[in-house]
Amino acid sequence: MRRVATLVVVLAVLGLAAWLVWPSGPGVRAQEQVIPVMDGPDDDQRVELDTTFFPPAGGGKAPAVLLAHGFGAAKESVRDQAERLAEEGYAVLTWSARGFGRSTGQIALNSPDYEVKDVKQLIDWLAKRPEVLLDAGGDPRVGIVGASYGGAIALMTAAHDRRVDTIVPQVTWHDLADALFPNAGGDGEGVFKRAWAGYFFGRGGVTQQGLRALVEPQRPLSAEEARCGRFLPEICEVYQAIAATGRPTTDAVELLRRSSPVSVQGKITAPTLLIQGQRDSLFTLAQADANARAVAGPVKVVWFDGGHDGGNGEADYLTDLTLGWLADWLKDKPQVAGGRHDEGFTITRDGGRDPGTRQRIRLHPETAAYPGLAGTTLTQVPLTGGVQNVVNPPGGSPASISTLPGTGGLLGGAGGQSALGGLSLDMPGQSASFESAPLAKPLQLTGSPSVSVRVTGQPGEVTLFAKLYDVSDSIQPPTLPASLVSPVKLIIPDDQPAAQATITLPAVDHLFPAGHRLRLTLTTTDMGFATPADPASYQVELAGATVSVPSVAGLAEPPPGLPWWVWAMPLAAVALAGALLATGRVRRGRVEEIDPDAPPLQISGLTKAYRNGEKAVDGLSFRVERGQVLGLLGPNGAGKTTTMRMMMGLIHPDDGEIRIYGQRVTPGAPVLSRLGSFVEGPGFLPHLSGRDNLELYWAATGRPPEEAHFAEALEIAGLGKAVERATRTYSQGMRQRLAIAQAMLGLPDLLVLDEPTNGLDPPQIREMREVLKRYAADGRTVIVSSHLLAEVEQTCSHVVVMHRGRLVSEGPVAKLLAHSTASTNGHGPRLEDVFLDLIGEK
Amino acid sequence: MSTTYSPGRTLPLRVEIVRQFKRRRTLVMFGLLLALPWILVIAFKVGPQPSGQGGGLRMSDLATAGGLNFAAFALSVSVFLLVVAVALFCGDTVASEASWSSLRYLLAAPVPRDRLLRQKLIVAVGFAAAAVVCMPLMAMLAGTLAFGWNDIQVPGTGETIPAFDVLPRFGLVVGYALVSQLVTAALAFLLSTLTDSPLGAVGGAVGLWIVCTILQAVEALGVVREFLPTFWNNAWLDAIAPEPDLSGMAKGAAISVTYAALLIALAFRRFRRKDVVS
Repeated sequence: MRRVATLVVVLAVLGLAAWLVWPSGPGVRAQEQVIPVMDGPDDDQRVELDTTFFPPAGGGKAPAVLLAHGFGAAKESVRDQAERLAEEGYAVLTWSARGFGRSTGQIALNSPDYEVKDVKQLIDWLAKRPEVLLDAGGDPRVGIVGASYGGAIALMTAAHDRRVDTIVPQVTWHDLADALFPNAGGDGEGVFKRAWAGYFFGRGGVTQQGLRALVEPQRPLSAEEARCGRFLPEICEVYQAIAATGRPTTDAVELLRRSSPVSVQGKITAPTLLIQGQRDSLFTLAQADANARAVAGPVKVVWFDGGHDGGNGEADYLTDLTLGWLADWLKDKPQVAGGRHDEGFTITRDGGRDPGTRQRIRLHPETAAYPGLAGTTLTQVPLTGGVQNVVNPPGGSPASISTLPGTGGLLGGAGGQSALGGLSLDMPGQSASFESAPLAKPLQLTGSPSVSVRVTGQPGEVTLFAKLYDVSDSIQPPTLPASLVSPVKLIIPDDQPAAQATITLPAVDHLFPAGHRLRLTLTTTDMGFATPADPASYQVELAGATVSVPSVAGLAEPPPGLPWWVWAMPLAAVALAGALLATGRVRRGRVEEIDPDAPPLQISGLTKAYRNGEKAVDGLSFRVERGQVLGLLGPNGAGKTTTMRMMMGLIHPDDGEIRIYGQRVTPGAPVLSRLGSFVEGPGFLPHLSGRDNLELYWAATGRPPEEAHFAEALEIAGLGKAVERATRTYSQGMRQRLAIAQAMLGLPDLLVLDEPTNGLDPPQIREMREVLKRYAADGRTVIVSSHLLAEVEQTCSHVVVMHRGRLVSEGPVAKLLAHSTASTNGHGPRLEDVFLDLIGEK
Repeated sequence: MSTTYSPGRTLPLRVEIVRQFKRRRTLVMFGLLLALPWILVIAFKVGPQPSGQGGGLRMSDLATAGGLNFAAFALSVSVFLLVVAVALFCGDTVASEASWSSLRYLLAAPVPRDRLLRQKLIVAVGFAAAAVVCMPLMAMLAGTLAFGWNDIQVPGTGETIPAFDVLPRFGLVVGYALVSQLVTAALAFLLSTLTDSPLGAVGGAVGLWIVCTILQAVEALGVVREFLPTFWNNAWLDAIAPEPDLSGMAKGAAISVTYAALLIALAFRRFRRKDVVS
């Protein structure tokens, strides 16, 4: 047992060590180089791009992947991802875009004249690499993967360079002008997303980014650096203008759109995997929706739990998605050319809690086609709430809070959304709310709900922010799904008292449980946006009685079936358990002929060794006849008790055998029912009375009560009224007598008693002696072990002397005394002298 | 041999039940399990009431929503007590006989070893099952008397399920609690046959439960954790959701049965060959 346990531990340690030091795959080499490119409107500006090339891990010619970084970062930020792709067998090129990292040049916001030209020349460079698979001369098999700023360059390059075979743009924009000046209430000029714009522009500076910026002092900047960072001067000018006024200029809109996929509608034919975050107040799901419509090639849209506001990020899931997509369109391209097998729509949803870990799990239901933000079905939910007064506070402060931008990227996942725990604050007096009745059944919102409102007030611009809350009618505060708001700018004409608009609410995926209410809140301020400084007051009311909520039918993930082991493991375990039991069966001797003349006890060649190898019983053989009272005599450690335990079938002999009435003794052998035993002290249930102990013991033998002879047994025990007391209250002598009485229950043919007179007082010893003699007189047999010589001499007819596990002498007591050679000192021979003589200690 | 002796009649279940039931620790354990729901009721009645309707949406916030909610709460907080109860009944059964020395007289009676283990296992598991069943039933009774017979409110979302719809599922929950305790029972039983110390057997089984609970918090172990015997212990929570999900319970039951079958087989195999020296 101990040896097996040690072996298991050693194997476990070895296995763990091997697992830890096992060489992990061939390392990916990285080659750093500067690639000079020419760009600018006239192709006359030389820029040196800092790049790293990762050859495919498997060698040979492989498809290439251009891996673009996000805004404010550099090529190092995507190194892990690049190594992963290289391990998967792609040739990967990462680069710092112009104006970032160690690349020269200035930031042009993915302009077709600058960054797009750079990337086209990177593709030229790839086409010359021996590791890169070519579709045609100068046309490498290449995909572009990137997030945010990197996602936009993927889209823009794919539109301008037909050599790009597939793109995976993540969390990026469709129209930068719309992203920074959104208007959910029409096509007019939007509301400046001031906090995000400032944050975004700030990351184009020359200061350090990320956590290092928090811990290291920043170097002093020149005036120009401080003003424009590494931005192209014309972009810097535009930003300065719009940030100061909070209003887009025509120039600004034109410039921003030139850097946006909106300017290349329909030109992107490469298969596109659009991954957009559900927690993104910068580039919303609506941006991805517009991109999906702008791409002419096959499109798959993914909404994951993440984005610029944080969320989980689902890095592993996105990696798997990207790898699967690249494998389909870069590696397997010849087989599925023209096939649109990978189109569709996948979304991340809360899947409740894992049954084991009790942690939140995410499901990824999908449909075959992307339905757009209007969903496949619309549910009209009636809202109530009359005309309500709202004011715009002077200076736009205090402002309501929905999302704090930027904290998500900076703190690496702990997003702006979670900074407030999803809590959204509306300032009193600034908001109007319209509520539905509690929902009769759950309502799954997937897409952009819409609602019509009317605003009455002074002619001019009205800025409002629309939110759709989930209200639970408990002490839980209302939740604003994804913490998103829809800014609306509408204009009350000079000649009319009111303006009416249909507001497109933020695109989200959210389940309104049954019993919850929908609440539409319109507020005049939001911290993330530029709002008018002039005080104003309006009346807000619903123009339509309902909010229309889109849902997508068929967005369901089949529940995963039970893994194979749920069935296989219990079956295998039961089979193995059966095998363990079947092979472990102790061989029981064949049912032997009952020999009526067999002696009560015959021991032959009995041997039992302790675990340390010392023999407790060594080749013991003797025989007991009917009617004998046999004394088993020997000093402590002679093996008397061990022999008796083997007689009871408690210990397995190493060699030899014991036969009782001719039947071989094995554990639980039926012949043991003819044996009554008392070995090494009494064994009673302490909480039961003496009588209960005897009765339950007898009941455990399964034999009829009338055979037990309780009365005789209790008389021998002589406990009087104490027999009704719990045995834990007994003295040692009382227990001893009760145990001997238990051994005599059923008047067994062979009685084996180990030191029966221990703990008895002299009158009881005398009485016990007589009981044993009488017991044997009826033709039964008694074996008594003792180290008290006088006891054996007075009780026993025969004696077996043991010493160190061996038989020293046997025979009638009288004969043993007669043959003694010991000196008698003038007295008759005493057993004590004989015994000491026999064991050679005299 | 005695003509009236028959191995198949030795140690009848009735006898073993009486032998075990009259023990003080059995009675104390049942008393504790039956009193616990009332102690919780008193705690909820005496403690400050949560403000507003229903309070929060955690299981403890919803405990006073009705008898069924209360029973679910009581079951979720008393998992460890049930583990101790099961380990006590199954770990004590053979080891205590060894420590009292009564085991050798039973074996020499003779009760065949396989039969002794079988009868003891049946009775011990029976007591353990009674313990696991009586606690939620008493909690349901106490909760119903104290807080009324109401529809169950689901933790987390606060949705309600009609009481009579959830009643059969509640039976399933109790059944699953039984099955998931099989591992503890089987391990305690195996230890009980290996040691003469009842405390060692009970403590060993409880200790393994604690170690597994700690290990399953180590996320680095990944999928290996699914095969820890305690990993699916709370899967019954999925049965009292608006959309009951039985997959976790199926996995938990599979793991439990697997370990239990092997441990019990080992117990029998080792006990057959054991030299009883106590």
